[in-house]
Parts: sequence; structure tokens; C-alpha cells
Amino acid sequence: MKKTVTVGLGSCGIAAGAEKVFKKIQALKEADGLDIAIQKTSCVGMCYNEPLVEIQDDTGYFMYGHVDEKSIVAIMEEHIRNGNPVRDQVVLSDLFETGDASFMEGQVKIALRNCGYMDPESLEEAEKREAYQAIGKILENKVSREEVVEEVIRSGLRGRGGGGFPAGLKWRFALRNKADQKYVICNADEGDPGAFMDRSLVEGDPHTVLEGMIIAGYATGATQGIIYCRAEYPLAIKRLNIAIQQARKNGYLGKDILGHKGTDFDIFVKEGAGAFVCGEETALMASVEGKRGMPRKRPPFPAESGLWEKPTNINNVETFANIPWIILKGAEKFAAYGTEKSKGTKVFALAGKINHGGLVEVPMGITINDIIFKLGGGIQKGKEFKAVQLGGPSGGCIPAYLAHTSIDYDSVNATGAIMGSGGLVVMDETTCMVDMARFFLDFTQKESCGKCTFCRIGTKRMLEILHRITIGEGEKGDIEKLEELAYQIKDNSLCGLGQTAPNPVLTTIKYFRDEYEAHIVEKKCPALSCKELLTYEVIPDKCTGCRVCAIKCPVNAIDGEKKKVHVIRQDDCIRCGDCYNRCRFEAISVR
Amino acid sequence: MRVERKLVKNQESQTVDTELDLGLLDDLLKKHTGKPGNMIPLLQGVQNIYGYLPRAALLKVSREAGLHLNDMHGVATFYSQFRLHPVGKHIIKVCHGTACHVQNAGGITDALQEALGVKDGETTEDMMFTLESVACLGCCSLAPVLMIGDETFGKLDGDAAVKVIKDIRIREQQQNN
Repeated sequence: MKKTVTVGLGSCGIAAGAEKVFKKIQALKEADGLDIAIQKTSCVGMCYNEPLVEIQDDTGYFMYGHVDEKSIVAIMEEHIRNGNPVRDQVVLSDLFETGDASFMEGQVKIALRNCGYMDPESLEEAEKREAYQAIGKILENKVSREEVVEEVIRSGLRGRGGGGFPAGLKWRFALRNKADQKYVICNADEGDPGAFMDRSLVEGDPHTVLEGMIIAGYATGATQGIIYCRAEYPLAIKRLNIAIQQARKNGYLGKDILGHKGTDFDIFVKEGAGAFVCGEETALMASVEGKRGMPRKRPPFPAESGLWEKPTNINNVETFANIPWIILKGAEKFAAYGTEKSKGTKVFALAGKINHGGLVEVPMGITINDIIFKLGGGIQKGKEFKAVQLGGPSGGCIPAYLAHTSIDYDSVNATGAIMGSGGLVVMDETTCMVDMARFFLDFTQKESCGKCTFCRIGTKRMLEILHRITIGEGEKGDIEKLEELAYQIKDNSLCGLGQTAPNPVLTTIKYFRDEYEAHIVEKKCPALSCKELLTYEVIPDKCTGCRVCAIKCPVNAIDGEKKKVHVIRQDDCIRCGDCYNRCRFEAISVR
Repeated sequence: MRVERKLVKNQESQTVDTELDLGLLDDLLKKHTGKPGNMIPLLQGVQNIYGYLPRAALLKVSREAGLHLNDMHGVATFYSQFRLHPVGKHIIKVCHGTACHVQNAGGITDALQEALGVKDGETTEDMMFTLESVACLGCCSLAPVLMIGDETFGKLDGDAAVKVIKDIRIREQQQNN
């Protein structure tokens, strides 16, 4: 067998320098006349080890992590030429145990089944991995539209964009509404900061997303598909367009799909222009129509009157990616994973203060603890796990003591957070929860489209209060004021953005009220994160008088002669923390 | 994340506009005129050509594609992608996604604001750099990150970010000499 060298070229890999490594491998192959095959793939989920290079030979596979232009030379020399794998740098292999193996164990890959295992720009490789066999099976066996819808309903698949509405039911509504034209829209407007599941999926396996849409088109009787993708994802858009071209050329898209007379479905990509609210379905459709992306009242639901007032079925990228698998393997097999009301798997983007940040797909029903400590490898720098933020700006913070919560729609909702699209940001003892709430509200406040008064003005007022609290100007009664505003906004907003915007504030008040009180009453930030509330002081016993802090202080607020104890003038200190970080004797205290 | 917008001084943008080659718009107009839902693709096309949405170009598109100027302005100011004023040669996009925020992305914006002498969303006087905050660049495991052109810089702190800018300045000076 020819040795194969595969480089992970997803956005995350490229950001970490994978492109340079890829070019270096090509150069080495040419210069030395090596008999190897070089391949591209996408993200396998181990973002924390990027750039990743996989070498496959007769003995097995070896995944190298943190490869750069220099280390790849040594790896190629030792492994390819001399046949000795460089074990120290292998993060995953089928031949021996590695510390990173736990990241893959416990994962069940359905939506991500092909990500990182094939070249996303090659239809041939996708076909080898069962692409377009599900739609082939449907058309070949003359499965009726109703039967396809029934199969999806039986699988128990719920919308993976965050709402959790049963996907099959949505399809049924669209099918039953008669019209001369219907649409299928794929929502790839992943605006949630800290989430990158949809991007990785589209970059890694565009054909699966297309096939999911083709099946939805057949099942609902739609002939036109639209993928609404963020303009901030240029690589995803490029790969989608390549895949669409390939699918058209090979008869998977267009009229008479796979030669079956009367079938018709085509897809184009619509670039979003940067508005978080366009993730909401009615706003998204307004944006496709070329208008300001503002939500409208429902009903009528899109299945009745959607894009251009025609019946429209909108699903998220991950939802579509599950469809071909369900059709091929059967609804029962999908429903075998998960809990009673939440079937299948869910993809999460792990980020924040976690050792193994990246993309994981886990069966529903796993606990948050298992995700963080078994797959995620625990908290960075051995710090203490404090909370996890689920569901982005619409979600909430779940404290460490509730981390035994099972991941399913209902259990997560019960904590006050939401499942959301799958962003999971881990926070440690140094993260201030008030600041976190302020961060999310700052985001939703800026992204509010302005249609509903409560969302437009209410979030602004809440943000002002939170800002005051974090700079030490909080007043008694602020917490109650925040709660009152929060419930008003939830009750009086038209769309999901406003209805969920107060969640981060409400959950942090619920679980970390003492932190709010410390800010308001004692004017202290227990996490030592809110700059305005900190005091830096020299510890006289430890100070050696080395003058490093005095020299480095950007505002010259530190006095002291050589070999004598220094003093920080509090009136001039801007609390930048430079002295604290630079002191080699731990002689600066912060509180 | 939405960029705070500065009001453009009319005089300034007019003088820049007069040098525009509006002929560049012809292909774009041919492609999109008359199609439903063409407003956003047209605006995106205009911005791809000029780097921002110049008034003269908007007037021409309005005339020839039959779109109302006030609708175009409404859409252009709704979406964060569109700019109504020229930007610097290099756009510095500092990621303020959740992951970057907990890894102190604020410190990077602070350091860059000081080093460049501009505020978030503004452009340096020499039209070299525009500083922007963006919601999420999707490289959360490299947090905190910033992006300039196609290049992403990860695991930064304030000093490292300032060094990235300095390196670009040096490269630009070498090219000019």
C-alpha cells in the first residue's frame, strides 16, 4: 500500500497554519521523489491539536498534532523514509494508546460521519462514503413522499438549530400545503459567537447537506433549495458551490434526478450579510427576499406562507446532515440513540477554558460532566470548573454543581439554559459571571433588529445596569430591576432573539446571585476579572526591589528605589495587571 | 458583532466618489437587474468592487436596476457587512466571540486602539488600517484570535497583536521603497 499523507484543511486548521504544512509536504515529495499520496481533508474535530497531519501506511494510521513547517520535515524523514513513526507527536493511532484517545471514545458520529475522513471537494470520495445513496434508495424503490415524512417523524429527529421542533412534523405541514411552488431552505447563518458546528459540517461534508435538502425537497414537493450561509464563512461557501456544480453534473440536482422522470430539485447559495437575527426563520426569508432581516408575526408559519409567500421548509445544517443516514440505516437505528424525547446525537463546539477544544458529536443523554472531563480533557491549567454556557446568547449558564444534567432538550431547558445550536463554552474560577451576562447582552442588544420596543430599549437598559455593576456603581435593587426588565422583554418580544435574550442574565442571577451582590455591595469582583474593582498592591515581605514592575508600569504609578520595597500609587494605577504578570517573585497581590 | 458606525462627513465622501470608475458596475447590473431579491447581492457586488458603498455607485444602481435609494440605504445600514465609507488597506478583525472573550479579547482591542490611535470601527488617518470587532471567526480553539485579510493570528495577547501590526507596517514601508 502506498503511504498516504492527509492534511486537515478546515478553517481552523488553515488558521493554525495547515496550508503551509500542506505546501511543505508537496515540496518535500517533489524534492525527494517520495512515493506517497497527498490528500486534503477537513476538520476531524480535534481543533486543539491543529494543524493535524495523518499518515497511513501498511501498519495503521498515525495522526500527528501541532505540526508545523519545521516538525513536518522531521516527521517525513523519520516516518516516510525510515519507517519509524515519531511517537511523541502522534495524538491518535490505532496501534497504541495516546492521551487523546478519550476525545474520540464516547462519540457517535452520524452528522459528522464523513468530516475529516474524506476530501470535501471530491464527489468521488463522497460517493465511496455513501453520498446520494439515500435519495437513490427513495427514488429506486418509489417510496412515496408521505412515507419519507413518516420515516423522519419516526426517527424522532428534532430541529438542531436550537428550537428543537420535530423535523418530520415541519415537513408534513409543508407537504400538505398545496402550491405551484415550494421551497426548502437550509439555515447556515450560524451567528452564535462561540459556535462553529455548521461551518465545520459544511466545510467537511457538503454533499451530505445537499442530499438532506434533496430528500426534503422530494418529501415536501419543493423544487427549489436555498442555502443561506454567513458571508463570514468563505471556505464553506466555496465548498458548497463546488459540491453543487458536481451534483448538477452527475444528475443529483436538476431535472430528472438520477434519471427518474418528473423529479426536479436545484439548490443555490445565498450569502448572508451579517445580522444575527437572520437565524430566525422569518427574518431569514425577508433577507433572502432582499429586505432588512426583520422577523414577522407567526402564524402564518413558513410551511404555509414562507419565502415569496409560498410554502417553505426551513431546517438547520445539522438537521439536514442527519437525514441521509436516517433514510439509509432506518429511523429505528437513529432513535436507538438518545433519550425518550430527544433522539439521536448532537454536535457540540467545545471552547473556552477547556483542554480539548473542538467539535464533538455525542449521543443525547450524556451528561455535561462527561463531555467536559471525559471528552474535553478537563479544565485548562488545572483550574476549578465553575460553569458552562450552553446555547450562546439565547442560552444560559449551568453551574458546576448541576453538571450532572443530561444533555437532552427537556433537561437542559429545566435549568433555564437552552440546548441551542450547540455552542458549549467552559468557564473556570477566573471568569466573572456578571461580566459574562454583560457580554451576551451586549451582543443581543447590538443585534436586536429594533422592531419590538421591549427588545430594542429593554436590552439597552439592562446592559446599562450590568455595566454599572461591573464598574462598581451598582445600586441596591439593581438585581430586581434586571429581573423585572428580563421578564417584560421575554413576554413582549416577537421573535426568539428577544424572547431568549435575557436568559444569560436570568440564569447567572439564579445560580450566581452572590457574585452580583459582591459587585453591588462590597464593590468586589470575586473572580478578579472586572478591572475597575481590583486593587493591586506590593507585598512588602516578597518584594526584592528589582524595579521590573516600576519600569514596565505604563503609567509610572510604581515608586521605589533599587533593592527597596516598592509602592503602587492607587490613584494613578490603571489596573492593567502588567506588574502582576511581570513580577518574578509573586510580590504583587490582587484582590 | 455590529461595528459602531461613524457618521461620514459628506464632503469627504463626495471628493472620493468623483474618482470612481462607475463602468465597473455594468457587468454586475446586467447579472442582477430584474431578478427578485437582488438587493443584497447587488450591494455585496458594489462593495466587492469599491471596498465600500459609494454614494455615486448607489445612485447608478438605483437608477438602472430600478431600486429605491431609501430601500437600499435601509438595507445597507441594517447589515453589519455593508460600509458607507472607505476603509483602510488592511482590515483588522478582532474576534469577540464567547471563547475569545473569556480569553481576554478585550485586552487585544484595547492594545490595538492605543497602538493605532483609533477607536473600534475607525480607520487610521493614513488609510492603512481599519479596526473592527467581529462576532466569531470560528477558530475558538486558537482564542483569542484576529484576522487580517485571509490570515488568522491566534493565541494572542496585547503585545503580540501590536507586533502583528508593526510587522505589516514594516512590510508596507519596504514595498514602498
